[in-house]
Amino acid sequence: MMAVTVLAIVLQRNLFSVVVLGGVYSFLMATVLVALDAVDVAMTEASVGAGISTVLLLGALYLCGGEEAKPLQRPWLPLVVSVLIVAALVYGTFGLPAFSDPQAPIHVHVVPRYLHQALEETGVPNVVTAVLASYRGYDTLGETTVVFTAGIGVIALLRRLRRRKADA
Amino acid sequence: MLRVVGKLLIPFMLLFALYVQFHGDFGPGGGFQAGVIAAAAIIFYGLIFGLPAARRVAPDAVVEAMVALGVLIYAGVGVAGILLGGNYLDYFVLDRDPVAGQHRGIFWVEIGVAVTVSGVMLKVFYMFAGRGRAEPGE
Repeated sequence: MMAVTVLAIVLQRNLFSVVVLGGVYSFLMATVLVALDAVDVAMTEASVGAGISTVLLLGALYLCGGEEAKPLQRPWLPLVVSVLIVAALVYGTFGLPAFSDPQAPIHVHVVPRYLHQALEETGVPNVVTAVLASYRGYDTLGETTVVFTAGIGVIALLRRLRRRKADA
Repeated sequence: MLRVVGKLLIPFMLLFALYVQFHGDFGPGGGFQAGVIAAAAIIFYGLIFGLPAARRVAPDAVVEAMVALGVLIYAGVGVAGILLGGNYLDYFVLDRDPVAGQHRGIFWVEIGVAVTVSGVMLKVFYMFAGRGRAEPGE
């Protein structure tokens, strides 16, 4: 079903349908994540991917029109490059441990401590929250700073454009 | 019709955001998701009642302050850890009981994340929706 959605996105020339299909794809992805027991990630995917970014992309469409421009030449070179990269990545996955292999390196390093002692050490039953905010606190601080920087960047860009338009 | 349903739903969306925020310790959820849901509630309000109405509910100055305030709260928790004799972002010094200290640290950190995320989402929405029309007072 996700592959069908992606094909529809690629073949579609009307950008409005592309945005809506992108939202559909996000919801399918969220369903997959729920099936993989990653409820926290699924929630984020559903609210950000299908909710906020769809609204923002529709806002952008309202500003710049809804038809894709016809490409000037056939993009063969980018196609070849992306096929090569996909081949390299697929080749790389052969080196990974099998799915849900209990002897995989990540499962024998810090994961047992996180899973078994998170409750006693932090008093937080949700392990995702415990790892995110406590064990990996620095990473989450960096992540919040990234969101902050992105917001500041958008403010800076759009403000300047508006003032220039007022000058002209 | 849309306005009636919207008015009915928005309080519940905000309530759900708070639930996701403070129940994140026990179920799925946390600061990021709660921030996004709260911002989505305000954006929903803006889509139904118009951008100026949303701007009255959450003025630009407040939203911009939220963007920076969240990071400051997060970093402030780290500094509080130093002042109380631990390392940066050590939570167990925040209370006499180390586990309660952890809980308190996670609580404030999640609030910081939620504040920044919802501020940024709202600001980006305002920026996109406000383009292409005359802005009084800017």
